[in-house]
Amino acid sequence: MVDLEKQLRAQAKKLLEDKAVDCVIGYENSDDPLMTTPCFITAPNEVDRLVLNCLCGNNLTKYLIGRKEKTAVVAKAWDVRSVAVLVKENQVKRENVIIIGVPSLRIVDQKKIIAHLNGKEVISVILKENAIEVQGDVFSEDLLIDDYLQAGCELRDDIDDSMFDIVIGEMPASKQNIDDDDLIKQLEAMSSEQRWEFFKKEFSKCIRCYACREACPLCYCKSCFVDQNFPAWFSKSTDLSDNMSFHIIRALHAAGRCTDCGACFRACPNDINLRVLNRKIAKDIKELFDSEPGLNPKEDLPLTSYKPDDPQDFIK
Amino acid sequence: MKILEKEKINSVLDFLAGQYDLVAPVSQDGLKFEYAQVKDSSKVNLDFTNSHESPKKLFFPQYEVLFRYYADGRKEVPALETDKKRVIFGMRPCDAKALLFLDKVFDDAKYQDPYYLTKRNNTVIFTLGCVSPQSTCFCTSFDIGPFAKDGSDVFVADFGDFYSFEAVTDKGEEILKKLSGLRDAAGEHISKYEKLSRESAAKIKRHIELQGLAEELINKQDAPMWEQIHLKCIRCGVCSFLCPTCHCFDMIDENQGPQQGARVRIWDSCMSCGFTQEASGHNPRPGGREKMRQRVMHKFSYIPQNFDTFGCVGCGRCIKNCPVRNDITKTIKKLRESESREKR
Repeated sequence: MVDLEKQLRAQAKKLLEDKAVDCVIGYENSDDPLMTTPCFITAPNEVDRLVLNCLCGNNLTKYLIGRKEKTAVVAKAWDVRSVAVLVKENQVKRENVIIIGVPSLRIVDQKKIIAHLNGKEVISVILKENAIEVQGDVFSEDLLIDDYLQAGCELRDDIDDSMFDIVIGEMPASKQNIDDDDLIKQLEAMSSEQRWEFFKKEFSKCIRCYACREACPLCYCKSCFVDQNFPAWFSKSTDLSDNMSFHIIRALHAAGRCTDCGACFRACPNDINLRVLNRKIAKDIKELFDSEPGLNPKEDLPLTSYKPDDPQDFIK
Repeated sequence: MKILEKEKINSVLDFLAGQYDLVAPVSQDGLKFEYAQVKDSSKVNLDFTNSHESPKKLFFPQYEVLFRYYADGRKEVPALETDKKRVIFGMRPCDAKALLFLDKVFDDAKYQDPYYLTKRNNTVIFTLGCVSPQSTCFCTSFDIGPFAKDGSDVFVADFGDFYSFEAVTDKGEEILKKLSGLRDAAGEHISKYEKLSRESAAKIKRHIELQGLAEELINKQDAPMWEQIHLKCIRCGVCSFLCPTCHCFDMIDENQGPQQGARVRIWDSCMSCGFTQEASGHNPRPGGREKMRQRVMHKFSYIPQNFDTFGCVGCGRCIKNCPVRNDITKTIKKLRESESREKR
């Protein structure tokens, strides 16, 4: 970890000194011991604020949208796929961005840790080689990073190398799918009534704060359908039907584009399992079109392109 | 002050649930707590730090129908009065204090909001002192503190083996008389109470320096620091919606079928893209800088000027739940340390 951090700081310093970029977007420590916070470094003497560890959850590529200055961004293996989609959709100019990739970095799921600790507050954390030591008022415990990994954070050896301008640490030697798709399998096995119950329970927790949308790198519409009031497509209430409409339409809007970076899930203050809908759609798209958005920056996005051999079974 | 043995708390809660609409902290998973109406004591869980969402929604719901209208000309205002009084048991002192501020907004000399006031006047609040504040708490900065009684009708504190009950208002006094099992506190209880109150306050380490802040922020309206502090904010509504004092709302007319509609009040947030957007499409607060400045200035400068109190009670929900861990205490600190104008 310390090595990665050293490498990152050196690279960031060089980029800023050479005036190759105006800003390096990375992570710095926050008062929350279980999470870092995004930071915008603009001067070489500030690079020591940058940290790099398993608490660097946020997908920083969201901040690239609308930036005119040349920017370097720290991106994990799955974040880099968001940039590929944003470039493909003309939201980010590739030549404006230097991607500092950390393809081997894995992050922990704060929500899993809080659940494990039964809500006891963590006051400090000591980072170790493969574990983090969490300390509270009257407890201290070593947690293996492997046991608390953020679901969906895949290390992949098939990401196009050209997406990384600078690589910190190693490229993963082989594809490591650290996601257990148990929930997807469970959902697929459910009857439609059971599925309805599942989603009802999840979406009734929504308070329509739109943290999921604002954290999502692919939600960049100037005017989101949910904010439009002329016409108002549906109510802004937290009624289940309105909540459900919002989340289903958002998931469909992200279909074929979502790279399962987990930003929505991490941002949700009410712990709605937002990943599962997107993940299932991504799985279907992989099966139907053999395509995973953002893996290959040259490839067109599956739902906005046509191939003669696309499946057409739905045409009766 | 009255004393209740710990094992008798359930009978008190059961009594309250029988006589009143009892609202108390419950939790599905033991991690997140919310205030919900309960039929008896069985679901009540008082072993919590604070509720995830603030209790403001019990008085000022996120979505509230103000009136309905029909194509045939009929109008209908939903019934506001209820037969039963409501008791909220276990509100935290910061949230109780926040209600005193909301009272100033919804009940001033010119406007009295019947929707808010009916619920407010119908409710008796049992505040529960905080014995284990969180690292995100900073209520002591606002002279509130874990044992503050402002906004409570009855103040309750947990001593491990007993609870203390203290009437703060006449409303509280009246209801306290009806509870059985309480006995008068002795000298030892009073000294234990004072010790616990001191110890709890000492656990709060986070602090915001408020002296002269309201005026200073006015002078720093154009400070270059605003350019910095908004950068990581993603402009979602988590902070506003979880905040016990944020009260901005929007009114919309909703089509509720071919022959009827309703005017509803919904929470809004100064962070949302449509907030302050004018009919022409122009938005005087177009970006993150202006939105963030509004939120900070509103809480720490405009509200103090207009209401002689701060628009923050230090509950820490916005710090704890921010998706990018923006921290209002740090924001204020950075602003105070920054220059009001660019150095030339």
